Amino acid sequence: MMDGLLDDFLIRALLAGLMVAAVAGPLGAFVVWRRMAYFGDTVSHSALLGVALGVLLGLNLNLMVTLVCVAIAILLVLLQRRQELASDTLLGILAHSALSLGIVAVTFIEGLRVDLMAYLFGDILAVGTGDLLSIAIGGGVALLLLILLWRPLLALTVHEELAQVEGVPVLLVRLGLMLLIALVIAAAMQVVGVLLITALMIIPAASARRFAATPEQMAILAGIIGMLAVGAGLWGSFQYDTPTGPTIVVAAMLGFILVHLLPGRLIPHFGGR
Amino acid sequence: MSRKDPTEPATAEIDATPLLAARDVSLERAGRVILDHVSVQVRPAEVTVVIGPNGAGKTSLLRVLLGLWKPGQGRVQRRRGLRIGYMPQRLQIEPVLPLSVRRFLTLRQRAPEAVLREGLERVGVPHLLHKPVQSLSGGEMQRVLLARALLNRPNLLVLDEPAQGVDIVGQGEVFKLIDDIRHETGCGVLMVSHDLHLVMAGADAVICLNQHVCCTGRPEEVSRHPEYQRLFPETDMQGIGVYRHDHDHVHDVAGDVHEHHAGCGHAHRPGPGGDSR
Repeated sequence: MMDGLLDDFLIRALLAGLMVAAVAGPLGAFVVWRRMAYFGDTVSHSALLGVALGVLLGLNLNLMVTLVCVAIAILLVLLQRRQELASDTLLGILAHSALSLGIVAVTFIEGLRVDLMAYLFGDILAVGTGDLLSIAIGGGVALLLLILLWRPLLALTVHEELAQVEGVPVLLVRLGLMLLIALVIAAAMQVVGVLLITALMIIPAASARRFAATPEQMAILAGIIGMLAVGAGLWGSFQYDTPTGPTIVVAAMLGFILVHLLPGRLIPHFGGR
Repeated sequence: MSRKDPTEPATAEIDATPLLAARDVSLERAGRVILDHVSVQVRPAEVTVVIGPNGAGKTSLLRVLLGLWKPGQGRVQRRRGLRIGYMPQRLQIEPVLPLSVRRFLTLRQRAPEAVLREGLERVGVPHLLHKPVQSLSGGEMQRVLLARALLNRPNLLVLDEPAQGVDIVGQGEVFKLIDDIRHETGCGVLMVSHDLHLVMAGADAVICLNQHVCCTGRPEEVSRHPEYQRLFPETDMQGIGVYRHDHDHVHDVAGDVHEHHAGCGHAHRPGPGGDSR
């Protein structure tokens, strides 16, 4: 009887983690290629603000998180255009302001006990059936969007002006990428928390680079490696009674180190064209 | 070898309408005037070269002509049915992005392998098809970029400093290749350069730019123009096409002359490395 229950929440956690990793990996490849790691961090740090706003306005939290993330992403792009401050300064200001603002706002909400730690570091074991559904929808939409935008996004990543001359609607594709990142952040928040989402995107992608000969291979491998990290992290956290989100990231990190310690001749190379 | 039948429609139509024209274009960025009432045109089947010192607004003019930037004033006209093959100034691809030359060539449009191989053969590098782009040398990359620009059979080739990052021997080869290709295909060429020696010999029209259009015309005319001589005092037509090397001055890494010749009453501009506008 107890075993059945146990299985149930573990399976829910595993499913949620696998779904998130399957999208975060391929998207992470773009984050790595476009040098957007800090950008991803900044946007994900603002997710907490979305939670606070969602609670205050009584709206769906996932929707609110997505909206706030998109808004912050657009604000960032607009501010970067002005070029008065260096990009990393701007990102730092926004990241930490958004995070602090989120924490302050959350603690202001009276009569509601928001588990701050759960938002900061994730609470995958508390994933309910409803959460599972919203992760599936958010992740599914993100994956579909990524597949649709794949070629123009890749063209943009290689050379933005060349892509524009060749007819890629640059602004639209960039907006699509923002929306994608926001969707993945909203889905991943419960799994690893706002502080660690970027890790789930960039570490698997960085590990996948060693095996990949094409962009597509790298993206798919990143998804698979991320899923392995989720599985290993979940097992480790259950085994050693450690917080699940950080354990997943530690598993991803161990994988990254392992991949880079392997001598080159042991690395299988996929035929690339 | 020959990629195209020279009697193809691209050359058959004899239409003197400019392929591309800027009419009274002005551009300001960050409070600085970059283009000041510039009017230029690019005629079909001609090589038009934009020259000018660093920071003269050459690349900005190209961006406006390509439609990448909106001019603050004036307008840009394109001929209907214009297909542009664009070769950007420099292309650096992150090592973390696994990308072969083949994949790079087909980023925007798919093409059968035979067509790609033929395209690379035309620019002399068929062996690079399956190489990672990051492994190419500067000269190889320029050739691959040229091959890519030619893939959709453009009637206008737009080249921004096509010989940048290529050694002096390779530069001559790149310009020779461009010249051959335009004779074969009959496409117009618009080229930006700050290197007069190699470029002016093959040009039909030269636009000398320094925020405003200093002078335009055939190379011989432009080189005799006082404004041109003020901007490029050491160049005369005898020097064009030949790399002269006198030992009364010093070169920096980029090949720029730093020490003044006697009687040269002007300040030399900084080297080409800083030119990215």
